[in-house]
Amino acid sequence: MVETIAIPKETWTGRVREVTLGATAAQGGTRGTTVTVGGETTLPFLHFEGAIPHRPVVAVEILDQEPKEWSPILPQAWGPVVKDVAAWAKKAEELGADLIALSLDSAHPERGNTTAKDARATVRRVLQATTLPLIVYGPGQAEKDNEVLVAVAEEAAGERLALGNCEDKNYRTIVAAALANNHLVIARSPIDVNLAKQLNILISDMRLELDRILMDPTTGALGYGLEYTYSVIERLKLAALTGDTTLQLPMIVTAGYEAWRAKETRTNEGVPAEWGDWERRSRLWETMTATALLEAGANIIVARHPQAIGTIKRVIAKLMDGAR
Amino acid sequence: MGLSGLAIYKLLPKTNCKECGFPTCLAFAMKLAARQVELSACPYVSEEAKAALDAASAPPIRLITVGTDTRKVEVGNETVLFRHEKTFYHQPGFFFRLGDDEPAEAAQKKLEEIARYRVERVGISLGADGVAIQNKGGDAAVLAERVRQAIALGLPVILMGENPAILEAGLKAAQGKAPLLYAATAQNWETMAALAQKYGASLAVRGDGDINALAQLSEKIAGQGAQDLVLDPGVRGWADSLAILTQLRRLAIKKNVRAVGYPIIVFPGEGAQDADEEALLAAQFVAKYAGFIVLDHFDPASFYPLLTLRQNIYTDPQKPIQVSPGLYEIGKPTPQSPLLVTTNFSLTYFSVASEVEASGIPSWLLIADAEGMSVLTAWAAGKFDAERIAKAVNTMGVLEKVGHKKIVIPGLVSGLSGELEEALPGWQVLVGPREAMNIPAFLKQWSPN
Repeated sequence: MVETIAIPKETWTGRVREVTLGATAAQGGTRGTTVTVGGETTLPFLHFEGAIPHRPVVAVEILDQEPKEWSPILPQAWGPVVKDVAAWAKKAEELGADLIALSLDSAHPERGNTTAKDARATVRRVLQATTLPLIVYGPGQAEKDNEVLVAVAEEAAGERLALGNCEDKNYRTIVAAALANNHLVIARSPIDVNLAKQLNILISDMRLELDRILMDPTTGALGYGLEYTYSVIERLKLAALTGDTTLQLPMIVTAGYEAWRAKETRTNEGVPAEWGDWERRSRLWETMTATALLEAGANIIVARHPQAIGTIKRVIAKLMDGAR
Repeated sequence: MGLSGLAIYKLLPKTNCKECGFPTCLAFAMKLAARQVELSACPYVSEEAKAALDAASAPPIRLITVGTDTRKVEVGNETVLFRHEKTFYHQPGFFFRLGDDEPAEAAQKKLEEIARYRVERVGISLGADGVAIQNKGGDAAVLAERVRQAIALGLPVILMGENPAILEAGLKAAQGKAPLLYAATAQNWETMAALAQKYGASLAVRGDGDINALAQLSEKIAGQGAQDLVLDPGVRGWADSLAILTQLRRLAIKKNVRAVGYPIIVFPGEGAQDADEEALLAAQFVAKYAGFIVLDHFDPASFYPLLTLRQNIYTDPQKPIQVSPGLYEIGKPTPQSPLLVTTNFSLTYFSVASEVEASGIPSWLLIADAEGMSVLTAWAAGKFDAERIAKAVNTMGVLEKVGHKKIVIPGLVSGLSGELEEALPGWQVLVGPREAMNIPAFLKQWSPN
């Protein structure tokens, strides 16, 4: 006879920090709600061995100008709101988004080169259109990132925005702006535990508390390096749970951005019939990337398709079933 | 985890004869415990010790084979909980479920569609692994007929049902084809185990969510001689499945509990509200520990993403898929066509090659040996530096085929351009885009002069 088998539970000594995005009027901002992520004391959704006080959340990525390079499926699904960032934010909130991830795409030197003043106005309009906390991304070019994110940080002082991205070559200006105006930062490192740790340390050396940092381990979409992101997230989460205090930060992944860059979603021309229906394949490309990264340990999923919001939230709700 | 080095040492001759190649029996025992040597290296080991050590060194999760020949599906023999610890070895089999209540012609059409479906990704052909034929009110003859139809198409078969007499007809039809019989329960296990043994089938054991009850049942069945088992822990949802599959994997691998050391079979369609959710729950099972995944909806639009995910998760982290270093022609390049260089990580190659192709501008693509790493990773590891790129230029036929001296490097490693110009005297180094998707725009501005 088999002896009674005890359910195998790991004893983790670490805990992921809780990070709160957004600030209500009472807290010095104007948000209707705040969103807290992190706080877990076990691996993803293993409710039998630890606490997961905050479910992962879904942020919706919107651009400050009509997206021209996106897969046509996305603007078709969103409709005319993609021409107006405020209407877009509002629509995303109606569809159940937990956070709005505003990308200041038009500030890119090759995609409009709009100014810091324009960025201020955009952020003001989005703050007025939605009650949700905001993530704000620069255009991804160091000089312009600094220029517009500093302006945005001032314009939205006290709102606890998450400003992204801080990278090893460009973080000081953004961190200083976050420090001065009560915001958070996103620290992005290239799929590597040690580089993630190093960047967190560099940022916290500037006196930004660790509970104002989100880690972006760099996302690979399904079929385009997903396994690297999957494993680095698992390793980061294990490091956090075994007590590495500089890695006990919630993680954000850009599943939408990456999945919708894949050839499988961008086009249906000249692709094999075996790839199946373009629209459904594309939606699943994004939501499956998101699902796999949730299972690995992501805390914030940045998504693009309007239907992805409901789908990913339903997956999260089912995985949170049984939380204590 | 098997026996400790000391426990193994006690079973060895303790003569320190060194014939195994190690200085002492203890050193040899330590290597055995780490599974770095075979016991057969010791010429003097007793039969008794051999039996004890064989039992202890059996893989913690039994290898189960369904089907035969080239289409057989092998599942099990896993050794870790996280792929980064080593790798996941045997990817889960995808089986599509078909009820025997489907009319013969419709069933034939579905079976052909499933058997025929193949899709290529990074040079590897992917497809369905088999079908699960479920007795749903059909009689013995109908079930047997469906099994024959599947086998005629070369598909490995899982036979599902409650009625042993009907299932036996299916087993007869699948004899010699190593089917999987689903399922033995606390009520019918003796009959099912006898059937599985009689027809050379492996046997799924279904529990009701209780690990202890499941382990007791599997142990009883194994004790009767049916040892090729597969477990259905009996839960169907997201969180409960994740919990119990994690617990079973930990028990098998970390606690060496033999009674649960078998692959797991799952049915994501039974835990999902619609076909999209089925695909996503199947994704959870690919990542977290299923051996056989039985799907209810066949649609390339959901199956292709799932096959891609399985390929990703089961890629050996120590051995990324690589392409051979060399000078590749995209389109029909002339000596005046652009020359681009990148690494031999397969995804890097395919991303760059497909964008160059999309640009419509024939080009030379030089693939440097970066030990299969992507551009940034290789650069950080010193595997994609000026020296390696220069070596690729000088040894891979570039000088013979390309008539100009301009080379485009990935934008992510723009910092290399100075060093590279030093390493390649007379060459001009151009910094390309950071992202492959911007290559077409870049190439349109390129000129050899």
